[in-house]
Amino acid sequence: MSSAPLHSDLSDSTSYEKIREDLIRPLHKNTFGNQVWIRFLIILILLGAFAYGHQLIKGLGVTAMRDYSAWGLYISNFVFWVAVSLIGSLISSILKLLNQNWSTPITRISELIAVGAITMAAASIVIDMGRPDRVLNIPLHGRLQSPIIWDFFIVNTYLVISLILLYLPLIPDIAILRDRMTNAPKWQKKIYELLSIGWQGTQSQWKLLKRAILVMIILILPVAFSIHTVTSWLFAVTPRAGWHSTIFGPYFVSGAFVAGASAVVIAMYVFRKRQNLQAYLTDKHFNKMNLLLILTMLLYAYFNINEYLVAGYTWQRLDGKHLQELFLGHEAPLFWLTQILGLVLPIILLLFRPMRKPLPSMIIAIFVLIGAWIKRFLIVIPVQFNPQFPIQNVPEHFTHYIPTYTEIVVTLATLATAILIITLLVRIFPVVPIWEVAHEKGFHKIFKAEK
Amino acid sequence: MKNKGKDRTESRRDFLKNTAILSAGAMAVSGLVSSCGDQPAESGEKVALLTASGELVEVDPSQIKKVRKEKLGELQERGREGLAGHHWVMVIDLSKCKNARKCMAACQGAHELRPYQHHINVLQMQDTPSTAPYYMPKPCYHCDNPPCTKVCPVNATFKRQDGIVLIDNERCIGCRFCVAACPYSARMFQWFEPDYTEEQKNRVYDVELNVPQKRGTITKCLFSADRLRKGQLPYCVSACPNGVYWFGDKLEDAVTNGTSKETRKFSELIKENAGYTYFEDLGTKPQVYYLPPKNRTFDYEPVDKFLKEEQPSTHHESSTH
Ligand code: SF4
Ligand code: SF4
Repeated sequence: MSSAPLHSDLSDSTSYEKIREDLIRPLHKNTFGNQVWIRFLIILILLGAFAYGHQLIKGLGVTAMRDYSAWGLYISNFVFWVAVSLIGSLISSILKLLNQNWSTPITRISELIAVGAITMAAASIVIDMGRPDRVLNIPLHGRLQSPIIWDFFIVNTYLVISLILLYLPLIPDIAILRDRMTNAPKWQKKIYELLSIGWQGTQSQWKLLKRAILVMIILILPVAFSIHTVTSWLFAVTPRAGWHSTIFGPYFVSGAFVAGASAVVIAMYVFRKRQNLQAYLTDKHFNKMNLLLILTMLLYAYFNINEYLVAGYTWQRLDGKHLQELFLGHEAPLFWLTQILGLVLPIILLLFRPMRKPLPSMIIAIFVLIGAWIKRFLIVIPVQFNPQFPIQNVPEHFTHYIPTYTEIVVTLATLATAILIITLLVRIFPVVPIWEVAHEKGFHKIFKAEK
Repeated sequence: MKNKGKDRTESRRDFLKNTAILSAGAMAVSGLVSSCGDQPAESGEKVALLTASGELVEVDPSQIKKVRKEKLGELQERGREGLAGHHWVMVIDLSKCKNARKCMAACQGAHELRPYQHHINVLQMQDTPSTAPYYMPKPCYHCDNPPCTKVCPVNATFKRQDGIVLIDNERCIGCRFCVAACPYSARMFQWFEPDYTEEQKNRVYDVELNVPQKRGTITKCLFSADRLRKGQLPYCVSACPNGVYWFGDKLEDAVTNGTSKETRKFSELIKENAGYTYFEDLGTKPQVYYLPPKNRTFDYEPVDKFLKEEQPSTHHESSTH
């Protein structure tokens, strides 16, 4: 284990009991604010369900999508959710394999985000289908040549692995909760009882668990890279200027880490505030996480330059038209705002240490995350209005795309669902892994002694 | 371009004769299928039906379903198989197109499309500011290397042995990946429920006609596969008053003009007139060829490039746009 104590705010005399109680305490109280928050999310989801019902009855015509923008907000959302979900693998897997132990207290946050996001990615795809009633045709008549089939299988695989990777490190914590949360409601105790699957912390159990976790963090890596690469191929395999690009895979993957890392910074801030975890999610963690964010953003900027400069230099027929639209045309304000406020400025600001403190970095992360989302929109939509032949003999509004209320409400509902999933999970499970933090502080023996 | 009588002496194989045998076969098949498949299934013990011979009979509703299913399966199967020994090809003579749009009307009628849905779309083109504008009918190119069928996750759109790219809208899941992949904007999606009566909606779906149109699925030019099966020229080809379209079989190297019914060697027609296909660099191998818009003696009159409204006035649904 690491020798230098990273949790500087935890003095060396901090006992294991204190850590345990600090991390369990938030689970005891169902605050008024929390209840209101959950109800608010549920209302959003119900509104979204209503809007989706409207779409089911009337057809996809209630969206602003038409024949020259056959993919719209829903597909951008899909790409965005896949992107955000990738953070689970970056933090739990890559950082762990690199022995970056500072990330221990935020692994669970990143895994929670991964599970929430990948679930909504899957939902977004079904929401976008013209015939959701035929979703079973995918396994029934699936054609291996189609990238959608690859995506279908890889999204499901990633969902399963993410759930496992969230669950495995939770087992010892759940066992602690099972033994400590004696005054919890019955159903909650039942959940602890069931999910701790008889964990007693014996030597052999520990060995098994650690091995299983290691297998999963290695396994998730290729799956995580595949999922976003394949998602980029949904665009790259079509002969369309602006999509048909050989660097789309790494371009998307690097962009995904930006989106996910900024989501983690925001979540860290929220949990630190709401659960009083200042001693566990410290300035140091924010500092490191933001350094990581800078790194991913620099990488993403590099791919951005590649993507736009090469096409812009040759300015071929359709590439040129597409870039003209993006750089100087209709989409220009959105494009430049996104690139500057969502990428360039955050990189510059985060280079200054005070900006990597919790509050400022959280505000910056919000800009980065919104920028990441708009960027997906700008990748998906404008390209479609730039086909080989001119758009004619259709109503004029077919030549642009502004999402309808139905689409916006459904989109907000998926966001609310992802947040609700996370909110509900942290209602009953500790958001900072108890045993992993304790291990890192050197409390191995206590665990073996316990039971 | 050429005067009409010139090629009369050439091997004048009538296009219609080529597929006469097929047409007989098709009639035999449709004769076997009971006509009651077109009736809507109602709840209740028995359903009254009018048979082909004019008799009124009562049958069990479940029976109807079975026949419907069989008929649908048969249409799907033969639709997927295609007409053996053919490779259909179209030649569009841009020097003749006067923007009559009879092809668009015939096509929209046959396939029951909305005014803004075009299996074939006559575009107003101008290649460079210094060259003359021209009209350009654009159907699906039935590419020999079609990007659209490659990406379909459920094999709902496919290329068959006679070269035609079709869609099975009983299977399509409405992902619109094919729309994204087609570089020629040939594909449309049914964003709304088609404006059908209950009876029209319940007709057995014909893959080769793509009728009835279905909400949440794809529609596009089918080279009038249903007409070819009957040995007739496509709807658009027959409707054109200006001799723009030639249609035929690449394997036979023969194409017939839809207006003059004149038949010519496909390869000669292309060679003599410097025929070409669009965006060959994409590698899609289109099967629709164009003859350049040269020596036109009529005036070019530009028309509005956009339609006024999306919905036909009779349509009761409206978008929440
Ligand atoms: S023109 Fe488009 S829809 Fe038609 S075959 Fe080619 S790619 Fe497919
Ligand atoms: S929209 Fe239908 S035909 Fe097109 S790719 Fe999807 S399933 Fe296939």
